Amino acid sequence: MISADINIILPEIIIALYAMLALVGAVYTAKDDLAPVLVWTTSALFLAMAFWIGTTGEGTQTAFGGMFNDDGFARFSKVVILVSAAAVLLMSEGYMQRRGLLRFEYPLLIALAAVGMMMMVSAGDLMALYMALELQSLALYVVAALRRDSVRSTEAGLKYFVLGALSSGLLLYGASLVYGYAGTTLFSGILQSATEGQLSLGLLLGLVLLVSGLAFKVSAVPFHMWTPDVYEGSPTPVTAFFATAPKVAAMALFARVLHDAFGASAADWSQVIALLSVLSMFLGAVAAIGQRDIKRLMAYSSIAHMGYALMGLAAGTALGVQAMLIYMAIYVTMNVGTFAFILSMERDGQPVTDIDSLGMYSAREPGKALAMLVLLFSLAGVPPLVGFFGKLYVLRAAYDAGLVWLAVAGVVASVIGAFYYLRIVYYMYFGEERTEALDPGRSPVLSGFLMASAIVMVLGVINLFGIESAAQAAAATLVN
Amino acid sequence: MESIILFAPLLGSLIAGFGWKLTGIRGAKWISTGLLFLACAFSWIVFFTHGPETQHIEIARWISSGSLDTSWSIRLDRLTSIMLIVVTTVSALVHLYSFGYMAHDENFREGEESYQPRFFAYLSFFTFAMLMLVTSDNLVQMFFGWEGVGVASYLLIGFYYRKPSANAAAMKAFVVNRIGDFGFALGIFALFFLVDSIKLDDIFAASPDLAETQLTFLWREWNAAEVVAVLLFVGAMGKSAQLILHTWLPDAMEGPTPVSALIHAATMVTAGVFLVCRMSPIMEFAPNATAFVTFLGAATAFFAATVGLVQNDIKRVIAYSTCSQLGYMFVAAGVGVYSVAMFHLFTHAFFKAMLFLGAGSVIHGMHHEQDMRNYGGLRKKMPYTFWAMLIGTLAITGVGIPLTGWIGFAGFASKDAVIESAYVGSQGGFAFWALVVAALFTSFYSWRLMFLTFWGKPRGDKHTHEHAHESPNVMLVPLGVLALGAVFAGAIWYGSFFGKTNEVVKFFGGKYGEPTQELVEAVAERSPKASELHYVMESAPGEAAIYIAPENTVLHEAHYVPTWVKLSPFVAMLIGLGVAYWFYIVNPALPRQLAEQQRPLYLFLLNKWYFDEIYDFLFVQPAKALGRLLWKRGDRDVIDGSINGVAMGIVPFFTRLAGRAQSGYIFTYAFAMVIGIAIFITWMTISGGAQ
Repeated sequence: MISADINIILPEIIIALYAMLALVGAVYTAKDDLAPVLVWTTSALFLAMAFWIGTTGEGTQTAFGGMFNDDGFARFSKVVILVSAAAVLLMSEGYMQRRGLLRFEYPLLIALAAVGMMMMVSAGDLMALYMALELQSLALYVVAALRRDSVRSTEAGLKYFVLGALSSGLLLYGASLVYGYAGTTLFSGILQSATEGQLSLGLLLGLVLLVSGLAFKVSAVPFHMWTPDVYEGSPTPVTAFFATAPKVAAMALFARVLHDAFGASAADWSQVIALLSVLSMFLGAVAAIGQRDIKRLMAYSSIAHMGYALMGLAAGTALGVQAMLIYMAIYVTMNVGTFAFILSMERDGQPVTDIDSLGMYSAREPGKALAMLVLLFSLAGVPPLVGFFGKLYVLRAAYDAGLVWLAVAGVVASVIGAFYYLRIVYYMYFGEERTEALDPGRSPVLSGFLMASAIVMVLGVINLFGIESAAQAAAATLVN
Repeated sequence: MESIILFAPLLGSLIAGFGWKLTGIRGAKWISTGLLFLACAFSWIVFFTHGPETQHIEIARWISSGSLDTSWSIRLDRLTSIMLIVVTTVSALVHLYSFGYMAHDENFREGEESYQPRFFAYLSFFTFAMLMLVTSDNLVQMFFGWEGVGVASYLLIGFYYRKPSANAAAMKAFVVNRIGDFGFALGIFALFFLVDSIKLDDIFAASPDLAETQLTFLWREWNAAEVVAVLLFVGAMGKSAQLILHTWLPDAMEGPTPVSALIHAATMVTAGVFLVCRMSPIMEFAPNATAFVTFLGAATAFFAATVGLVQNDIKRVIAYSTCSQLGYMFVAAGVGVYSVAMFHLFTHAFFKAMLFLGAGSVIHGMHHEQDMRNYGGLRKKMPYTFWAMLIGTLAITGVGIPLTGWIGFAGFASKDAVIESAYVGSQGGFAFWALVVAALFTSFYSWRLMFLTFWGKPRGDKHTHEHAHESPNVMLVPLGVLALGAVFAGAIWYGSFFGKTNEVVKFFGGKYGEPTQELVEAVAERSPKASELHYVMESAPGEAAIYIAPENTVLHEAHYVPTWVKLSPFVAMLIGLGVAYWFYIVNPALPRQLAEQQRPLYLFLLNKWYFDEIYDFLFVQPAKALGRLLWKRGDRDVIDGSINGVAMGIVPFFTRLAGRAQSGYIFTYAFAMVIGIAIFITWMTISGGAQ
């Protein structure tokens, strides 16, 4: 019995064991000198696990009395999480190395966060959910403050921690209310208590609090306010990580809680999610216009993108979940490329995040400027790039679910949002020539990720690399 | 052979328009003209060899959609073959004439701009579209040709695209024609709605039923045949510049003169007459509509003739003359003698094209001077042109031996036929008198043109007169050929178009038979002289090229009108000639005195009855005002304003607000979260599943 359970969560156990063993090993041996090696091994392990999960997993299994689910939805999310985490780790190595930030704890904390995220997307119980969420969050609080000698970095870490604690409190409060009214912490049990008719007031309150806690994790408005400060203050590779894998995990967890535990009362939560979605889209679009710092800008950009992903969830249908998964996969790909570019922005060896510094960038680096142009157009959702299809899916899901107003609002917000993406393009191609130019990109890894991401945005229009059907299969296991 | 006639001009147009760099300018001109002469030769062969029966020649399957099933095919019957020779002959001659006329044009930079191939391409394209129109076997195909000639007309009127007046005239022609085309399109829709087919054969076969059908249109019930006939006639009004929609034709003289001869005299403007004749099976069942056609045609003939009296531009005089002559044709069609309408169309094509080409020759020789007040005494400088113009004038004024009917110039035979028919058709009423008076005016302004141009002393710029010269042979040969038509066309085909009923019916491919006794008695009672009614048309609608209902005996009775009626056009012509001679040869100061004495009347005529001014006030200004309103208030203020307001006012405001909310303090952030939760819980409790 127990061996079967262990078998199901073997990938998580392997990564967790690896993290702990490597931690102990590094402490007693070469410490930070081992860090580059650990980055590569961790990335390799992530990719190996992703490959394993992606190719071998089959059917739907549960472990530990329903606390852990291994289904298509979880596997899809895990693959996206692991691959993006590996990519971000690889991108960060050179950057951190040059600034003396590359400590051996960094890859291992990322590994622990990854375990937390994998548990999150598989959670089948409120307890498991909370455990996983905290495992991920604690690791992230630490990496946010990785640059201990920087006030901004520590401030970011502290803010993230305090507000994260508040959101955890809300989540726990909601969980206890749900437990109190449903009598069980298992999602399947909550689902049954809800199907006996309407949600009781207690369950409803619990649901709202749970949603609030999760909304904090996906940085949906009005629980988004930590995002710009943390994105700006953290070292850029950490920001890149924040913007990718944890967002996928939190969004997947969101979908799991809503559908597994409260799937019977979609009409109730759909309006809350729709409200979160529309607020996020508009605030993300409007507030980003005022930003001159590309990291803060990307923070608002990710808020807006979470709004679109939430639009898929708000639909409350299998198509909506499929659209959300496609959207997140595309979003992560675009962000990996964009952050590869941001990581390569430096002048005299110092990182630069001011978008003014990109004036006439195309004259010096036509290839990278073109790749960035493709990515920015894709982020803005301009057809025929892949980013457009992500938006098209969520809009269609919302439309089919009768949320026409939400789809219209999404289109309007995307028009507003296009402004700041296109403004970067404007700076790169028509802006003022800067006397103090950016350094030419040195890192082949960063250039490679940038180019690969841009190429995906262009070539993906053919069939989205088959992600469409994979997401459909994944969504089918969650919503039925 | 018919396909070659149809597509040779298209081929010439494509070669001249797109291939002239390969063939050279001379090559392009020769190829397009050569192909036109080929089409012309074949047309005459078809006219003489092809019998009167109707033949369908399918070129391609065209539209197949639901119950709409249409082929692209040629309908070859007598109407078509008449139009074929008119169109191809005049077009071929105009192509040839253009060699000389367009050789040097001060509107283009010599040697730098190759305007000549473009001109020939447009001419050939026009010819193709016109042939498409006259050969069409269904209404949509006809509409294609109808619009094609409209486009060609637009391009050629605006050929001197550097002249603002030419561009304005081109647009005016296009816009005014749009109104007529709208009527035509509605007519086609109505026919498809009623008959469920756009094939002419089906429509003609169904026309007796249409007369029994009621159609709801514009909030009330109408007789279907009447509605359709009126709508089709509205299309004809636009194309043929009939009153109300006539304003574009005089302005269209901005185009080069060969264009005026081909399009705005001989062919395109007669398309409306052709349409009415082609749709004769419908017209015969719509007595009110044909009464309207008669009235409007007569009014146009009269109106245009009065305006023609005082115009000074040589081309405008002829343009108003064209407008007036088209009115004659519509009167003939309106009173039910379609063969006479076609007769006048046929002869008019020759003499009017010749007048225009002659005027072009004068203009060419006088270095593009068009004001007749600056001409005078050109008889000796341009002898050939003078003789051609003289023949044309004799033809249009209708010189011939009275009471013989057919011995005379072409215009004599056909115009007298129209007037006699109008007497019968209108029982000696308005249409008849309008036409007789118009004939008087026609004679006056035609001779006025001749006297001012070729007689008297040279006026105007001395230098120009010294250099005035006869035109080259390429321009004189077409004049000679057309002169043949202007002299003989009437006499030769008099019997076919306006002979005895049985002759005419036979010519147009129908069967004739005995009239009923009641009909003979009715005719005898109406006009005792015409009591010997032997034949009426027996063919069903659509079997022959034109349809004349058995009760329609106008053609027969027109031969038996009182003698004074037969003499009236001749007398009117003589009076017009006499007055013109008195005014412009005997006492040249008189017209000026008269104009000053009758100043209001003079200005009224000079300003074309103020039609342009009235339209400007009624339609153009309101349309412009509406356009300005939509542009300035609608587009600029509302649409641009709201977009700019959102983009530059509202969005930045929220951006600043969002920036201010992002204070950097944790308590602000926590407060925002708590507020958010409070709002969500409140909302869910009130609206959600809390009940």
